[in-house]
Amino acid sequence: MQRKILVRLLLVLVIAFTSFSCAKETPQDKQAKLDRKQDVKDYVTHHLLDSHDFGLYSYTDDAGEVHHVGFPLPIILWDNGLKVFSSSKFHHGETVAEVDGNYYKIDHAKIYKTDAAGTINYDDKDHATNDKPLDISITKGVFMMLLTSLLMILLFMGLAKSYAKNGGIAKGAGRFFEPIVLYIRDDIAIANIGEQKYKKYMPFLLTVFFFIWFLNMFGLTPLGVNVTGNIAITTALAIIVFLITTFTGTKDYWKHVFDPLGDGMPWAGKILIYIILVPIEILGLFIKPFALLIRLYANMTAGHVVLGSLLGLIYIFQNWIGGTLSFGLAFAISLIEILVALLQAYIFTMLAALYFGFASETHEHAEEHDGEVAHL
Amino acid sequence: MEKLITEFSIGLFFWQAVVFILLLLLLRKFAWKPILNAVNEREQGIRDALDAAEKAKLEMANLQADNQKLLQEARAEREAMMKEARELKTKMISEAKEEAQEVGSKMIANAQVAIESEKKAAVAEIKNQVASLSLEIAEKVVKDELSKNDKQLNLVKDMLNNATLN
Repeated sequence: MQRKILVRLLLVLVIAFTSFSCAKETPQDKQAKLDRKQDVKDYVTHHLLDSHDFGLYSYTDDAGEVHHVGFPLPIILWDNGLKVFSSSKFHHGETVAEVDGNYYKIDHAKIYKTDAAGTINYDDKDHATNDKPLDISITKGVFMMLLTSLLMILLFMGLAKSYAKNGGIAKGAGRFFEPIVLYIRDDIAIANIGEQKYKKYMPFLLTVFFFIWFLNMFGLTPLGVNVTGNIAITTALAIIVFLITTFTGTKDYWKHVFDPLGDGMPWAGKILIYIILVPIEILGLFIKPFALLIRLYANMTAGHVVLGSLLGLIYIFQNWIGGTLSFGLAFAISLIEILVALLQAYIFTMLAALYFGFASETHEHAEEHDGEVAHL
Repeated sequence: MEKLITEFSIGLFFWQAVVFILLLLLLRKFAWKPILNAVNEREQGIRDALDAAEKAKLEMANLQADNQKLLQEARAEREAMMKEARELKTKMISEAKEEAQEVGSKMIANAQVAIESEKKAAVAEIKNQVASLSLEIAEKVVKDELSKNDKQLNLVKDMLNNATLN
């Protein structure tokens, strides 16, 4: 009954809000709204990118001056020698930083080498053509990564110590994660890799799960850091998965790649099929981790875009009904995003374990699996 | 796709790889290994404890069965002992009775023999006494009788009469 009332209320609100917004529109308003739309789009795009200083929020004072609240992060460049300086020199990307006679400017979260005036040349596709020094700065993303690492070290070393101290029973904050550790061991590692070989993959699976999960969760806080939604981060993770899979691959794994049909067919027949099959198998080796990196990147980015856009709607509509509705929607999406944060960490870990399972498969193991299937 | 490539930050990639691998190595040594070992140990402990409990339960059941058996044996033994005692009792009683009877009859027989001999002795004595008494009497009578001649003659006469009659 209550739910019905709620649905009706929402319907009334939606109708009221659409008619309101239609009724009030004048060409001037329309232009202002378009500007705001562009602002929101820029804001969301900017948020998705990494940044060289840790901005908490910014505001415009009565004099029309923009103030940024946050703290600068160290910039580390390799440009004919190591250059280390504070990001405060850029003044939030508004000015040119001069270091050892070189001039640098930030454009769309990237540092370019410029002249003293800070001119950036663009090609016809709107890409900057200036030289880019090798930028290994401690950016906002790196900072959050380090923070998460520190948190994990404190949390899990604490958990490890509490076992030793309390005779095998966890105490403290770490024990909330014990069931998750056990879940990863039993339902991800053992289920996909097998009882004999899961142990050597456990450290990676646990680290990657909690690393992604914590960073995803940090992404939902008002700190607004989009670390796992950055393609460089997911690429690094996927490459590590690829390397582990490749280097722990057993003879059977490689045999499966280069001789998938085994002895079931005479070689003359196999050659014809293998012209197509083997390249596909080899491609599969790379596609698997590539799918991992794209999946995590796309999911987290999509979440941030949706949330940012819904919050941006508040500024576009600028009336109480639209604002409330946008807020309600953003709130609902936030709840879903909390689930997605966990889910994506789980999926990444799960698929990594699955690939490790393929790689560490030995022949006896394969037969076991066949047996299982036959039983089913 | 092109946007992805232009957005790709080498610095972030570098730091992610370095930080993640360091984190992995550090946590592997100082967190995951001790945690997994502790958890495994604990699970092994639980498994062992459960096994031990199961074993103890079995042992308990065995013990109880043993106890039951012992109790039954004890009861049977008691019963047997009681029965034996009862038998012994009746046997003893009957034996005693028999013995008493035997002794009694022997005593009676002895008594009878004694009585008989006593009786015989008494009768003999009486006979002797009677004989001597009769002799005395006879002496006295004879003395008295024979003091007078006529009487002696009478007697002889009587006796002769008697003797001839016989």
